[in-house]
Amino acid sequence: MSKYIFKRVLLMIPTLIGAGVLVFFLMRLIPGDVCELRFAGTGLYVDQAQIDTCRSNLGIDRPMFVQFADFMIGFFTFNFGDSMWTGKPILFEIGLRFELSLQVAIMATFVAVIIAIPLGAISAIKQDTWLDYAVRTFAIAGIAIPSFWLGIMIILGLLIVTQQVTGIPWMPPIDYKPIWVDPAHNIAQLIWPAVATGYRYSAVATRMTRSALLEVLREDYIRTARAKGLIEKIVINRHALKNAMLPVVTIIGIEFAFLMGGLVVTEQVFNLNGIGKLFIESVQNHDYAMTEALVMLVVLIFVVTNFIIDLCYAWLDPRIRYS
Amino acid sequence: MLNKIGKLALASVVGLGLTAGAGAAKAETPKSGGILNFVVGSKIPSYDGHQETTFGMIHPIRPFYSLLIRVNPNNPSDPTDFECDLCEGDVPTATENGTKFTFKIRKGVTFHDGTPLTSADIKATMDKIVFPGEGVPSARKAFFRSVDTITTPDAHTIVFKLKFPTAAFIPALATPFNFVYSKKDLDAHGMSWHKANVNGTGPFKFVQHQPGAFVEGIKNQNYHFKGKPYLDGFKAIAAPKMAVRLSAIRGDRAAIEFRGFPPKARDDLVKSLGDEITVQESDWNCVLLATPNQKRKPFDNAKVRNALTLGIDRWGGSKYLSKIAIVKTVGGVMFPNHPLAATKDELMKLKGYNTDIEASRAEAKKLLADAGHSNLKVDFSNRGVDQPYKVVGTWLVDQWRKVGIETAQRVQPSGPFYDSLRKKADFDVSIDFNCQSVINPIADMTKFLGSAGNNYGRFEDPELEAIYSKIEKEGDATKLRQLVRQYETRSLSDETSGMVTLWWYKINPHRSYVKGWKIAPSHYLAQHLDHIWLDK
Repeated sequence: MSKYIFKRVLLMIPTLIGAGVLVFFLMRLIPGDVCELRFAGTGLYVDQAQIDTCRSNLGIDRPMFVQFADFMIGFFTFNFGDSMWTGKPILFEIGLRFELSLQVAIMATFVAVIIAIPLGAISAIKQDTWLDYAVRTFAIAGIAIPSFWLGIMIILGLLIVTQQVTGIPWMPPIDYKPIWVDPAHNIAQLIWPAVATGYRYSAVATRMTRSALLEVLREDYIRTARAKGLIEKIVINRHALKNAMLPVVTIIGIEFAFLMGGLVVTEQVFNLNGIGKLFIESVQNHDYAMTEALVMLVVLIFVVTNFIIDLCYAWLDPRIRYS
Repeated sequence: MLNKIGKLALASVVGLGLTAGAGAAKAETPKSGGILNFVVGSKIPSYDGHQETTFGMIHPIRPFYSLLIRVNPNNPSDPTDFECDLCEGDVPTATENGTKFTFKIRKGVTFHDGTPLTSADIKATMDKIVFPGEGVPSARKAFFRSVDTITTPDAHTIVFKLKFPTAAFIPALATPFNFVYSKKDLDAHGMSWHKANVNGTGPFKFVQHQPGAFVEGIKNQNYHFKGKPYLDGFKAIAAPKMAVRLSAIRGDRAAIEFRGFPPKARDDLVKSLGDEITVQESDWNCVLLATPNQKRKPFDNAKVRNALTLGIDRWGGSKYLSKIAIVKTVGGVMFPNHPLAATKDELMKLKGYNTDIEASRAEAKKLLADAGHSNLKVDFSNRGVDQPYKVVGTWLVDQWRKVGIETAQRVQPSGPFYDSLRKKADFDVSIDFNCQSVINPIADMTKFLGSAGNNYGRFEDPELEAIYSKIEKEGDATKLRQLVRQYETRSLSDETSGMVTLWWYKINPHRSYVKGWKIAPSHYLAQHLDHIWLDK
C-alpha cells in the first residue's frame, strides 16, 4: 500500500509543473496588462509615464524568461509574492478566501450526499415505478438548472416571500463572518449557496448512484446472496451499495474539488468572497501573479482529491489494493 | 395595478422632490449615531489616492482622509462651489495676476495617530502629487502642470506659485484623490507606505479591511469639523454584481450605493419599497464618445467622419436610451450644466446635433457619396460592459445603418479593449469615454486634443491645439466662452476628430433614512461621509 501511495505522490510533480508552465504563458497571451487597466480603465487622465512606472515597479517590463524563472522559483519555494493588483501577499489573500470556499464546499457536499445516495438507491431498487420517475425528474432538473440561476431565484424568492409575509423584505447577509464568530450569521449566509450548488451536485450523484447500483444488482454475486436467503436489506447495504459506490465516490471527489475553485458565478450571485470570485477578479485585473497562484492551488486541490479518491478505491475494492 | 402605478409615481415624486427641495432637507436636525452600510461595485487596488483612479478605492477610503479644499457637500452640483477642508476660512482667490494662491492651514488638526497637522504635511503631500520622484506613481500629475513652486512660509501657511494664471488650478486642488498624508509617514516609511496603510485626518478612523469583502471605519472623535461626523461608523461592502447591490438595498443589507443604477433598477426599487426609497438624479461628469481612428482609411477623410456624426440622432437617443441606460443629456465638449457649456441653440449649429434628423442623414449620405464611400463598412470596437457601453454601442450600429453604413461591432473585455484602443489601434471607430471627478472644464476638454495622453484618434490638429492654448490662459469669461465654442466646433463638427454620443446620467436610489447626502455630478465627489446621518 505504501508503495502505491509513493507512486501516486510522485505522479503529482510533473502534473503540477505542466500546469505551471501552461498558466504562465497562457496568461501572457491575453492582450493588455494590469497597469493599463489601473490607469486607463476608469476614463480619467492617463499619463504614459505613470503606466511605465507601474510596469517597472511590478517587474512586468522585464524579459519573459526572467519573469518565468521568477515564477518557477516562487512556485518551488511556495513563495508566490504579492498580488499585482492589491500589493498584498498572495498567500494572505488566498488564505482569507479559502476558509469560506472550503465551508461552502463541505456544506454543499453534505447537502448532495444526504440527498443523492438515498434517492439514487431508492430509484434503482424501485426501478420503473412512479418513485423512480419522480427521482429521475428531480435529478434531470438539477442537472439542467444552473446553480447561479437557482441562486438568483432563491434570493428573489426570499425577498418577495418575506415582504409578502412580514412586510419587510429579507435577504441573506452579504458580508461573511466565520462560524465561530457568529454562527447564525454564517449559516444564514452560506446555507443558500450550499443548497443552490448542492442540488446540482446531488443530481449528478443521484443519477450515478442509480446507474451504478442497477448494474451491481444484476451481478452474479447478488443473485448468489439472494439465493443464500439473505434478507434484501443486507443484500443492498452490505453487498450492492458498497460496490456501487466506486463511481459515486469519483463524482463526489471531482465535484468537491470543482466547488473549491469553480463557484465563480454562484459566489458572485451570493456575494461570497471566495476563491472563485478572487479567480475571476484576478483574471479581469490581469493580475498574473494571483491568477497563476490560484490556478496552481486549484490544480493542487484536484491532484490531492484524485489521490484521496484513489485511496478510497483501494479501500472500497480490495482488488485494486492487492494489484 | 392602478395602486402600484400610483405608489410608484408618488414615491418618485417624493424622492425627486426631496432632492430638489434642499431647503426641506436643511430644516431637519441631524441625528448622531448609527452605522452606515453601503455597497461598492468595484475593488480596492491600494489605499493610495495619489496613484489610484477608481471609485472602488474612493468610496471606502476617502472617509479616512481630508483634502486641502473640497467640493461643498451641501451644494455638490455647483461646479464652482468649493470650501476649505484643512485650510481656514474661504477658499483664497489668486493674487499676483492670478499666479499665487496662499492658504492658511487649520490649527489643532491631528492625524489619527496623534501627529499634529502643519503646512509641511500639505507640502509633502502636494510635492508627491505634483513633483513625484522617479518611480513614484502620481495619476494626477498632469492636473498641476501650471504649478511652479510650493512653499511654506510658516507652519500654518502654504503658497502655490503658478507659471501662468489658470482657472483649472482650484478644481484640480479639490480633486478627491488628493488625500493629505503626514510628512512624518512619508519620511519614515517612504512613498509606497500609503498603498497598504492608512493615517489621515478624516472624519473616520480605519478599523479593518478584509480584501474583497469590506472596509470598516469608526468615528474620529477629534475631527476638525466640530459635531461631525454624525455616524458612529461605516461599513463599505464590496459587491461587484449590480443585482447583488440592488438586492442589498432592497433587503436593507445596505442603505445606499454611491455610483448609480440604471433607470430600470430605480423603478424596481421604488416599486417594491415605495416611500422607503428616495431617488436622487443628476447629470454625470462622464461622457461616452465614439472616436474615429484617423490612421485608418477612409477615416482620415473629414467628410467620412462628418457623415458618422451626422448619422447619430442624439435628441431621439436621449429620449429612448435614458429609459434603459445611464445616459441622457445631449451635450458638447463641456459638462452640460456648466456656465461654459453650449446652449441647445449653440449645439444645434454643430453637425449631428440638428433636431431635424432626416436632414442630417441626407447630408451624411451625400458626404459619403462625395467621398466615394456610399457603402462604408466600419469595424467598431466596444467595451464588454453593459452600462452604458454595450447599450449605446448597439444603438450606434443602428444609427449608422440608417445612413447606409454597415457596422461590425467587436465587444471585448476591458483588458483587450484597452489594448486595442491604446496600443494596437486596430479599429476604425472605438467607444471611448471621459469620466472625471471635480468638474474642471478647462482640464476635462483636453480629452479632445490629438496630443492628449488619453485621446486615441491618432491625429494632429495644430489649429485645435492653438485654440486650447488660448483657452488655458484666457481670464475673461466672455472671451473664454467664445473660445470654447470655437474649440467645440473645430473638434466635434468641422473635423469630427471625436464624437460625443450622450452624457451619462446618475441615478441614486437609496434608503430614505439616509439623510444629508446630496447627489454630486460625479461618483467620486462628496464621499467623506461626514455630512451623512441616519434617520432611523
